Order: sequence, then structure tokens, then C-alpha cells
Amino acid sequence: MNRSDLQTLGERELAKQQSTGCRLLCCGSTPCLSSGGTAVQEVFKGILKENKDLKAELAVVSTGCMGPCSRGPLVRVQRQGEPDVIYEKVTPELAQEIFKKHVSGEDTNQAEANILPGDIPFFSKQKKVVLANSGLIDPERLEDYVAQGGYMALANALREMTPEEVCSEIIDSGLRGRGGAGYPSGLKWNLVRRAKTDKKYVVANGDEGDPGAYMDRTLMESDPHRVLEGMAIAGYAVGAEQGFIYVRGEYPIAAKRLEKAIRMAERRGLLGSRVMDTAFNFRIDIRIGAGAFVCGEETALMASIMGRRGQPIPRPPYPAQSGLWGYPTLINNVETFGSIAPIINNGAEWFAGIGTAKSRGTKIFALAGQVENTGLIEVPMGISLREIVFDIGGGVPNGHTFKAAQTGGPSGGCIPADYLDTPVDYDSLRELGSIMGSGGLVVMDDTTSMPDVAKYFMEFCMDESCGKCVPCRVGTVQLYRILERVTAGIATRNDLTIMEELCTMMQETSLCGLGQSAPNPLLSTLRYFRHEYEALIKDDLPLTSDRFALATSSVLPRQEVS
Amino acid sequence: MVKNKSRRAAEIEHPSGDPRFNLVDRTLKRFQYQQDALIEVLHTAQEVFGFLEDDLLIYVARQLKLPLSWVYGVATFYHFFSLKPQGEHTCTVCMGTACYVKQAAEIVAMLQAEFGVAPGQTTADDKLSVATARCLGSCGLAPVIVIDSDVLGRQTADSTLAEIKARLSGQIRARQLEAASANDEVEEMEAETL
Repeated sequence: MNRSDLQTLGERELAKQQSTGCRLLCCGSTPCLSSGGTAVQEVFKGILKENKDLKAELAVVSTGCMGPCSRGPLVRVQRQGEPDVIYEKVTPELAQEIFKKHVSGEDTNQAEANILPGDIPFFSKQKKVVLANSGLIDPERLEDYVAQGGYMALANALREMTPEEVCSEIIDSGLRGRGGAGYPSGLKWNLVRRAKTDKKYVVANGDEGDPGAYMDRTLMESDPHRVLEGMAIAGYAVGAEQGFIYVRGEYPIAAKRLEKAIRMAERRGLLGSRVMDTAFNFRIDIRIGAGAFVCGEETALMASIMGRRGQPIPRPPYPAQSGLWGYPTLINNVETFGSIAPIINNGAEWFAGIGTAKSRGTKIFALAGQVENTGLIEVPMGISLREIVFDIGGGVPNGHTFKAAQTGGPSGGCIPADYLDTPVDYDSLRELGSIMGSGGLVVMDDTTSMPDVAKYFMEFCMDESCGKCVPCRVGTVQLYRILERVTAGIATRNDLTIMEELCTMMQETSLCGLGQSAPNPLLSTLRYFRHEYEALIKDDLPLTSDRFALATSSVLPRQEVS
Repeated sequence: MVKNKSRRAAEIEHPSGDPRFNLVDRTLKRFQYQQDALIEVLHTAQEVFGFLEDDLLIYVARQLKLPLSWVYGVATFYHFFSLKPQGEHTCTVCMGTACYVKQAAEIVAMLQAEFGVAPGQTTADDKLSVATARCLGSCGLAPVIVIDSDVLGRQTADSTLAEIKARLSGQIRARQLEAASANDEVEEMEAETL
């Protein structure tokens, strides 16, 4: 299939969609399905089965995530010439009503109360670039993606641009890695492109281990072809013929959809050998993770792809010089690859025009915790935290007050209410002692105890530490034990000093990002909520048997390997 | 050459003759006995056998010509692999940040009080295994539990208990399975039309 075939296919599919009188888009992502979305879809499909004559004017589509997950199951009604209507919390009964109103044209207003207005801040403050198709297309159909202009960026890059031009386009766009650290993607691409070897690899990091983050999962589930297209463009730009997507083992649906997408793209000649009738070959394989947080670290991830224990190795050499099987390897986050096609389609200048001077473009956040509207959002960089939590998120429910926002998972920190007006970008968050991370944003209200949160994350890091380097393996255990004493109310002031010293030691001496950033949640809560720690501390505590036992227990009882 | 291959296959077939080993062999063949495919092979083995018993690990190690210590090291490194048999039903409680701040710990405490099993353990009658997960990526529905691969959102200790009791007494069959088989049918139909 070449460029003109692709265009024809897209136009034909678009015409078909436009000739359908009414399209019922049902959200088919995990949150909506598990809150009853399956039954709703079955109602619509049942109606379609019974009334075969409706087939020309009614289509029922299972789409990817629409965003406001806490309001699921969601149904979007698309009628030609009318604005879209979105229904929230749809039940099977309501589904019947929706059908009567929009398809049979009956005059019923029973579903009115469940209409989600399209102009609420949740939608209007967002800017969808990477998630542009999410919730509008059927992720399991290649034609749907092509109808939205999919694979056009790959076609144009292959026909009209040299690999060097693709790389400089990415550099000019100012795109930074969406996995957390924010390294300029274009520079990384250029490094791999310049390497002179016979083999190179492209790897998409979909091992989204941060608790509270599910952007990558949603992107892979809702728009798998976009990731594949981004990887293929990357393969062309750096000169690789083989790509891997590393998907977390906890995301079976994402893996299944990606697999199907790869198969369909290969069948159409959009991947595989001689992509779009050019001399460029690119194969993509899926690797399923097996549940290890440390595999989000690039060297550990590569070890895991090669079938070994996911333990990191010292850098340099960086993967761009020596990665998979010793060959130069380009590793980017799934979301980074998701941004590639829009940049090629609309140009670097357009992308650079979004966001702030040093952080360009948009970022997807998974908004969760104690907030009214939980769900997936995509916002321009530089938006204030207040807008995210109070406008898009709708504020803290049940009359509680906002206390802190946790970003970056176990590697990030807590941002207190005083800093709600800071712009959300890589550098501002780093100054506050947190990180952008992959995009988890958990809101905490006044009922949350900060030392408890720090203990939670330390336990996570202790459990997930791979055990290779001492600062991380032992440091996390020691910090966890002190935090246990703190939350039990039997810590002394000296313990706080020891904790801070240990944190600095870990940051400076750990081998990989896990150990270096594991103290972040603790340090940031100590920085902003020190009074909570001090309230739990007693200086003149007698050495009770309890405290003695805790202080001297050599090894903590740990969870058995399950 | 062909003759050699068939002799090799005959030699290394698992002596127990358990047909489930054929499925493991299929994956081994798909990856051409590459040592790098160890994790993929273990995934299949666990899917087929439910857990990775010693015998199975030895078999995989010999097939891939890897030291047993290497295979054991990989199998114990990853949380996903289980070296112990699982109960008839499994209940996984998500302990991700969003679930944690919405009191998922209460559900774990209830399971411990009610059934006497901590995360990672199975009840004495092999009926129920309890596990915790880091994050299931359904944070909008926190707290989330997974019972027999059905994702259930917005759970409380009471609703979890009710659900588990219903499953243990056999009132509810796993929903996902039915839905999955229905999906497969649809997919097959689609494949034919293509």
C-alpha cells in the first residue's frame, strides 16, 4: 500500500462514516467496562441485531477512553449535522432511552439528566494532541485510524524527508521525553542515527509502573496505531529495522490490541518489509513485562527484553551507544512516540507553539485520588496546578480541603496548597522537589497523613528495589524502618536527622533512577509537612519493649514471593 | 537434517507425557529455542500450568540450555511468576496510590480477618488466594479489586466480602470468561469478512 492507496482508504472510510446517520460511540476502556459498560454495549448491539434494516443508518462503535472515567460508562452520540451529545453513567435502561431519542426519533427526555455538557471546564481546558483520536475511533480497526489521517505522517516522512530532516524536525519541536526525566528526544534520535552499526533497535517503554498512573495504558488501548506509526517514523529516522514494545504484564488488553494492530498494519504493508513500497523495512514485536517496577528504567528494561533479570547497569554507555545485544538502541516512552505523528503532520513550529519556553507541547495526566472528576486529561504544559485540580478536576469532594498533589509516583513528591499556582512543566516541578514523572497526579485531602504517604512510597521502593546496589537495597529498608517508628509515634528527633542523611546518601550513590529518586516523596513531605512529622515525635521517650523490638528487629517480615 | 530434528524432539519430550507440555513446546518453537525468550516461555508455562513448579523450571532450563539457577533467578525476580499453586479463586487488591488514599488497606485487613490469609497466601482448603497489586491502572475507580480476572471498581470491605462469598459458593461464574469467548467469536467473524 502506498500513499495514494492510503488516502483512498481513508476517504472511503470517512465517507462511510458520514453516510451513517447516527453513530453510537461506547467507551470500551477498562474503567468504563468494569462499571457496567459491557451491558450497555450489549443493549445497543442487541438492537442492531434485531433490526437489520437499521444497519445503514446506525453504527455502534466500541472506542477507547473518553476521559472522565469516574462518570462512566460513557456514550457519545454522533449525528450528522448536529453537535455530539455525551451521556454519563449510562445503564442498560438508559441505553434504550438513548436509542429511542436519537435513532427512532421519539420524544423522550428521560436521559436528559445524564447528559454531560461539552463545555464544562473538564473538556474546555484540555488540549488533545496525543489523545486526539482517543474516544472517537475504534482502536481495533485500522480503517478508523486512517480515516483520521493516520499513517499519513509516516507516508510523508518516507517520501519527502531524509532521516536527518526527521531528526531535526523533532529537535526543533522541543519535544522532551514523556517518561519523566525530560531528556530532549531529538538529541537522542540524532545520537542513534549517527551511530555506524549494521543493526539498531527502537524500543517503546510501556512499562508504566508508577502507582496512580495509567496514561500509557490508555494510549496503547485507545489508539495503538498512533504508537506504531511513531515507532516506524523513529525507525526510519535512526535507521533501525526492528522495534519492540515493552508492555506491562498487568495490561493484557493493551497487549492484545497492539498485537492486532501490528497484524493489521503488516497486512496492509504499513509495517514489515518494504513499508509503503519503499526500501524501508520495520518490524515491531511485543514483549510482555512480568511485574517489576525497576523495568521502567531503560537499562533494566533492555535486560528484561533479553530475557534476563531486570537489573540496571551503570551508564554510560547509554543505550543510544550500546543497548539491546550491544547495538545502539533508541528508547522512548509510549507517549513520546504518540507525539511524533502530530509533529510531522503539523510541523515543529506548531508543536513548539504549545506550552512553555522549555517544556513544549502537551502532557497527559492521570487525575486520581480525592478529586471530583477522576480520569485522563491532556493539558498544554505550563497550565497551573490549580486549574488542573479545581477546574478540570472539579475540586475536592465531600467538603474536605485540598492538602497536596502527588506527582511522579514513588520517584516524585508532594506539592502543597501554597504552590497551587506554579505552572506545571519539567523545571518548575523539579524546583519544588517533585518531578513531572510519567504523569500520575494523585490529589490528597486533609484526611491524608503525610508521614503515612511517605511510608507507603518507601515500602513500595523497598519491595521493588532490585537489590543490585547497596545504597538502594539497604537504604530503603532503613528508611522504611524509621518511618515505621515515626508513624507508630516512637521516633526521636535524631531519627529525622538520620533520615535526611540517608536520603542524601541514596540520592548521590544509587546506581539507577529508582534508588536516586526513592527518597523524593520523603524529602518533599519533610520539606512541606515537617510539622506532621514533629507532631509524631517524642524526645523524652523511655525505651519501652515495643520500641526496643522495633529498633532491633534485624530484618522486616516481608511479603513472600507470590 | 529433518531426521535429526525429529529425533531431538523425541528425546527431549517431557517423560510424563503431560499434554500441557506441548503448549510450552509450541512457544519454545515459536522463539526458535532462543535463550532470550525465557520470559515469554515462562509466561506461557505459567498460563498453562497455573504456577511454575520445580519440574517445569527444570524442563524450561534444559530446553533453552540455560543453567537452572538462571531460570530460577528470573522466575523469582518478577512478581508475576508464582512458584506456588494458586487457589481456585484469586482476589487481587490494588494498592496503588489512588486506591491507597481511598482505603484499600481496609479491604486487605478484612480479608485477613475473615479468611486468615495475608497477601501472597492461599487458604488451607486451596479455595482462595489473596494478592496485592501495585497499580492496575484503573485509578478512576479506586479502590479496585480483581476477582478471577474480573475488574471491580469502587469497592468497600463489605462489598468485597459479599462478592467473594458469592464466588466461593459458586453463585457467580467469572464474567470475563463469558465475555471473552463472545468477543473471540465476533473477532473470528470479522476476520472472515476481511
